[in-house]
Amino acid sequence: MTRVITMYSERVMDHFTNPRNMGEIPDADGIGEVGNPACGDIMRITLRIEENRIVDAKFKTFGCAAAIASSSMVTELIRGKTLEEAWGVTNKAVAEALEGLPPQKLHCSVLAEEGIHKAIEDYRSRHGAPKANGE
Amino acid sequence: MADGRSRPVYMDHAATTPTRPEVVEEMLPCFTERFGNPSSIYALAREAQVTMERARGRVAEAIGARPENIFFTSGGTEADNWAIKGVAAANRKKGDHIVTSSIEHHAVLHACQALEKQGYRVTYLPVDEFGLIDPAAVEEAITDKTILVSVMAANNEIGTIQPVAAIAKVAHDHGVPFHTDAVQAIGAVPIDVDAMGIDLLSLSAHKFYGPKGTGALYIRKKTPIGTFMDGGAQERGRRAGTENVPGIVGLGKAIELATADIEGRNRRIVAMRDRLIRGILETIPDTRLNGHPVERLANNVNVAFRYVEGESILLMLDALGIAASTGSACTSASLEPSHVLTACGLPHEEAHGSLRLTLGHRNTDDDVDYVLSVLPRVIERLRKMSPLTPG
Repeated sequence: MTRVITMYSERVMDHFTNPRNMGEIPDADGIGEVGNPACGDIMRITLRIEENRIVDAKFKTFGCAAAIASSSMVTELIRGKTLEEAWGVTNKAVAEALEGLPPQKLHCSVLAEEGIHKAIEDYRSRHGAPKANGE
Repeated sequence: MADGRSRPVYMDHAATTPTRPEVVEEMLPCFTERFGNPSSIYALAREAQVTMERARGRVAEAIGARPENIFFTSGGTEADNWAIKGVAAANRKKGDHIVTSSIEHHAVLHACQALEKQGYRVTYLPVDEFGLIDPAAVEEAITDKTILVSVMAANNEIGTIQPVAAIAKVAHDHGVPFHTDAVQAIGAVPIDVDAMGIDLLSLSAHKFYGPKGTGALYIRKKTPIGTFMDGGAQERGRRAGTENVPGIVGLGKAIELATADIEGRNRRIVAMRDRLIRGILETIPDTRLNGHPVERLANNVNVAFRYVEGESILLMLDALGIAASTGSACTSASLEPSHVLTACGLPHEEAHGSLRLTLGHRNTDDDVDYVLSVLPRVIERLRKMSPLTPG
């Protein structure tokens, strides 16, 4: 593939063309689906959680390059983290790790943060744990 | 280029076209030697005026009009704005209602919306699933306060060609002038303003291998219309501003070339278009053709791929050396997908997955083969990433 000059950073294009952790964990411990097909973005995050730690995270995303790259990056950022640490990964952290996103694409990083929160909440609700206190 | 290709494949001719070398050649002396201001009186200026008037004649000839009814503008957007706002201003006492369609270019839609803020009323006619406007719906929409009917000759996104003559006849039966945005139609569909009953027509040079920044508005004699640009007495006092002589000369040459043997040149492009459409629909499942199967611009392919998003398709194609376009919102600041595709009844998620390929004279069968060979891989790759893909 030839290098393409776009409004995106090289890091975004890298995660878009070579997404990390793409797929779905079967029988996941936590599932978070966020977004809306009408808006052109849907993210589905699946987590494997062992002893309060995220040992695996995967994503499937319908959306633009920024949405795909944000999903890929957020799964990288939360792998190996405790649930509390993962909860603290903000949309800003995702955007910064991607070397920035165009202003009209920042909502994609927000979606990534929401996807993680929803997946952790799903895990906690299934395991009877209290809802996160950070929200 | 990927796959050993030495040149990129440009399939976005509805966005813009390369300026033909013959056109550039005629333009160049207007920058350096024949640079005179046509409004001045010495010989140098007269030369500029003569070349400009020759261009006006060529534009008139191309659409079956008289030269004195052609007014040069900065492009299609200015021509649309002038037609709509100019007619509205000139008819303020007579009426306050405009009939247009829901799939017009933003130059028309946003001009109408600006008028609505000033108290005018606008009917945006619906289209059928193929993007066609029904002349009977125009008839129903017209009231005794209607001052203009404006319907595009051919749509820029889906390529649907409208029954312009039938719609114009309905407008005239009620004594209402008819405007058409023919920006995509010039050079692709034969246009004759008299035979088709067109009172106002917008065109833009860069859509038919002319320069950017130059267009024209045809105004039938005695059509009530206000001035849009105030200032000097250029364009017989109706459009002020020193004329863009190089651009106008380029427009003249480009329209002459574009409207010579439309049918003959379309034959080659239609063959490529139909091969693309067939190839895409046959090799990629869950795909549909947007727009009309027959009443369609020779160069337009617009397909919707379920479960994937258009900007992602474009970026992957770009990386493979293919330039195309989408109706997905993700290329714009809003989250709303194409108003044209949603007006045709496409659900939002499918409108987001649309791809437009618009062919031009430089495209070859080889280009078509290349697109058909890589597109299935691109769609498959994105579908694997999508949570909407079944199974």
